[in-house]
Amino acid sequence: MARRLPRKDVVIVGLGWTGSILAYELSRTGLEVVAIERGPWRDTATDFNIGTAPDELRYAVRHDVFLRPKQETLTMRNNPSQTALPIRKWGSFLPGNGVGGAGVHWNGQTWRFLPNDFRIRSHMIERYGEAIFPEGNHIQDWPVSYDELEPYYDKFEYLAGISGKAGNIKGQIQPGGNPFEGARDRDYPTPPMKQGYAQELFTKAASGLGLHPFPRPSANISAAYTNPYGCSMAPCTYCGFCERFGCANYSKASPQTCVLPALVRQPTFEARTDSEVMKVNLSADGKTATGVTYVDLNGQEWEQPADLVLVCAYGLFNVRLLLLSGIGKPYDPAQDEGVVGRNYAYQTGSGSTAFFEDAKFNPFAAAGSLGVAADDYNSDNFDHAPHGFVGGASITSAHTNGRPILYHPTPRGTPTWGSKWKKAVSETYQRVTSVGAQGSVMSYRNNYLDLDPTYKDPLGRPLMRMTFDYQDNERKMANWMADRCDEIAKAMGAKQTQLNRLVGPWSVVPYQTTHNTGGAVFGNDPKTSVLNRYLQSWDVSNVFVMGASAFPQNAGYNPTGTVGALTYWSLEAIQRYLRSPGPLVQL
Amino acid sequence: MAHLGSHSPDGKPLTSAATRHPRHITRRSLLASAALLITTGGASARVVTKVLPWDPNEAYPVVPVKPGGYLFFTSEEAAIVDAVVDRLIPTDDLGPGAKDAGVTTFIDRQLTGPYGGHDWLYMQGPFSASPLPTQGLQSPLVPRQQYRLGLAALEAYCKTSFGGRGFVQLTVDEQERLLTAMEKGEVVLPNFSSKMLFSAIHSNTLEGFFADPIYGGNRDMAGWKLIGFPGVRYDYRDVMEKPNQTYQLPPVAMQGRPAWGEH
Repeated sequence: MARRLPRKDVVIVGLGWTGSILAYELSRTGLEVVAIERGPWRDTATDFNIGTAPDELRYAVRHDVFLRPKQETLTMRNNPSQTALPIRKWGSFLPGNGVGGAGVHWNGQTWRFLPNDFRIRSHMIERYGEAIFPEGNHIQDWPVSYDELEPYYDKFEYLAGISGKAGNIKGQIQPGGNPFEGARDRDYPTPPMKQGYAQELFTKAASGLGLHPFPRPSANISAAYTNPYGCSMAPCTYCGFCERFGCANYSKASPQTCVLPALVRQPTFEARTDSEVMKVNLSADGKTATGVTYVDLNGQEWEQPADLVLVCAYGLFNVRLLLLSGIGKPYDPAQDEGVVGRNYAYQTGSGSTAFFEDAKFNPFAAAGSLGVAADDYNSDNFDHAPHGFVGGASITSAHTNGRPILYHPTPRGTPTWGSKWKKAVSETYQRVTSVGAQGSVMSYRNNYLDLDPTYKDPLGRPLMRMTFDYQDNERKMANWMADRCDEIAKAMGAKQTQLNRLVGPWSVVPYQTTHNTGGAVFGNDPKTSVLNRYLQSWDVSNVFVMGASAFPQNAGYNPTGTVGALTYWSLEAIQRYLRSPGPLVQL
Repeated sequence: MAHLGSHSPDGKPLTSAATRHPRHITRRSLLASAALLITTGGASARVVTKVLPWDPNEAYPVVPVKPGGYLFFTSEEAAIVDAVVDRLIPTDDLGPGAKDAGVTTFIDRQLTGPYGGHDWLYMQGPFSASPLPTQGLQSPLVPRQQYRLGLAALEAYCKTSFGGRGFVQLTVDEQERLLTAMEKGEVVLPNFSSKMLFSAIHSNTLEGFFADPIYGGNRDMAGWKLIGFPGVRYDYRDVMEKPNQTYQLPPVAMQGRPAWGEH
């Protein structure tokens, strides 16, 4: 039996990037805000201590800071004719857990999507005609434009202290930046990171091929910085322990470094950790949320009434919470109707591994977002007509780490053990680098999320089921990109290269990317979206849902910059809602 | 001790006290209003408000492995694992191999911890008899069972197929041929997948050879020296200033390096 708690103005589900930003901005106006987080409290000095943080086995291999599948996982299959089985051990993607969420263990690449990404359907029709779209696609325009989001991208970048080089300030192309980016109002808050030897070779080679390389925008920051919330960060030391780790240097932007020190001082804010939200409670007519029910570590249920419910978990778990709470009509692929779970998307990875005769790449001297990129083949920055695919990729040269349990590359054909393997590992480590393409994935009728009929979590609730595979459009794109990467790798002077193509069905086993998008998308039509353009539920107007679950399809960039921008965009709408509750978009 | 001001989420004062880590009340904790929700079973959730909670050693540092003896393996099992890892990463002119780097001890200690029971993984049934390769791990056997059953099956196989000799008694050449066949799943062990056993030992061997020495393997940072990984120095700004140059300093692990004790 749930014990009923006193009412709060706002209840926030999940205390990661989006939850912490909204909690701070709303509690500082005097609202009573409670954030409910299913994982533990985590902070830099106590949990990412320099004496324990650089531990590859514990964090990268055994997954210490991630959500434990025992607590919650998904089931997966590649297509609707198969039986889904649980992802018993994380592989392809790594959801976070605890305060800070995936903002603790991310690499820190902080991009803005390109203007065309936001109106991809209209744009592609205008330039190529309807015939360019792949079979069974659900590609749809975003309900906001790049220009509308620009001030909110700026806010998030200045919150996080992002290091980078602008390519387009108020329409003026800036040398050394990305000439394809949308116009920005001002440069990044801190200068770009230092780059390594591989990036030097890539910059020269890509420029020689007529491409436009630039340093990646990075949340591992290059210089000391104090953000508008008064939180201070220190310069990155290129330690090579970013992705899968908390940063012990206060150098990687995270809720811990950028928001929590300010948030926790707000007297009307309270966090409850180790407490899992079971569902959003609805009024009898299903049109208003009355709060949430959560369960603490001891199995005690609590009912937390609130006037406003902000769903701020990792995107996949936002979708599951909506399904478990009965908010929005679940997607049914057979009829192609319903919206919750519709348009799940992911990303492609492909490229070329480059072996050099004699180089010292020092891959251990690295950072999660160290690297240079070229966007000449991203979005619609190139003519798609001859290729027969939609979408594109950001092509990069990067070393994120040289941690040896997971990074000890050898040329293809090398035995996996024995003296020959040992010799190859020893000879290859310093002289190998790669050129990679992180590509978009479009949305399709048969890639979706719903509740699994068989498997349950320890609280007895159905796991969410993921039905996903790469489609021909994505394979074609990713493999074309691999060839582009290979051209660059050869121009860099590699003695030998190996293509990494997208082959076979999507598998949960090898790590690919934690850029899961969609399932609770925003749009202008309630028949094809869960949320309106302000991330407000069409069906329950006092529920807002943050995160990449709102993306109608995925782009060729890391999602966090756009997730941050959408949070600030929605915040303004939430403030309007609080002055005058009700649907912010009238149909 | 509960922090002063501890309360349950409905504001009722707490009469019993429990924390995640029992400790003295310090001035800091008196000032903090970070409170723990006390529940009857002793498990606690936590309310954080007004100040950041700061509990020392929340990062629960790793307890360093002390070599010597085995906590999980029998001496017979340890001898087989020693022989297998010695083939997987042999000692040769490039330096120590897995056996000499303490990998058997590493695996033994890992098997006694949460990894050995797949404690953090989703292990609820039903378990499918015919999973897709894309669905990854689907066996109900946890690593402790994989080693116990798998090593027994390997030993039984060897005794039958090699005239009563166990794996340890095989020649290096025989061991290598057998491991090659196990990697491909071509050997049929009695009631156990040879591929699963190979894969468990192979991945644990790589972990033990390259993980921080605090876990009992990678002795003298042999794995790191093999490739030139400097360990946990945590600051390579100097390297960024000198591209394409050999890094000169020796590796450092979480507990420092042996030379630091030689004064």
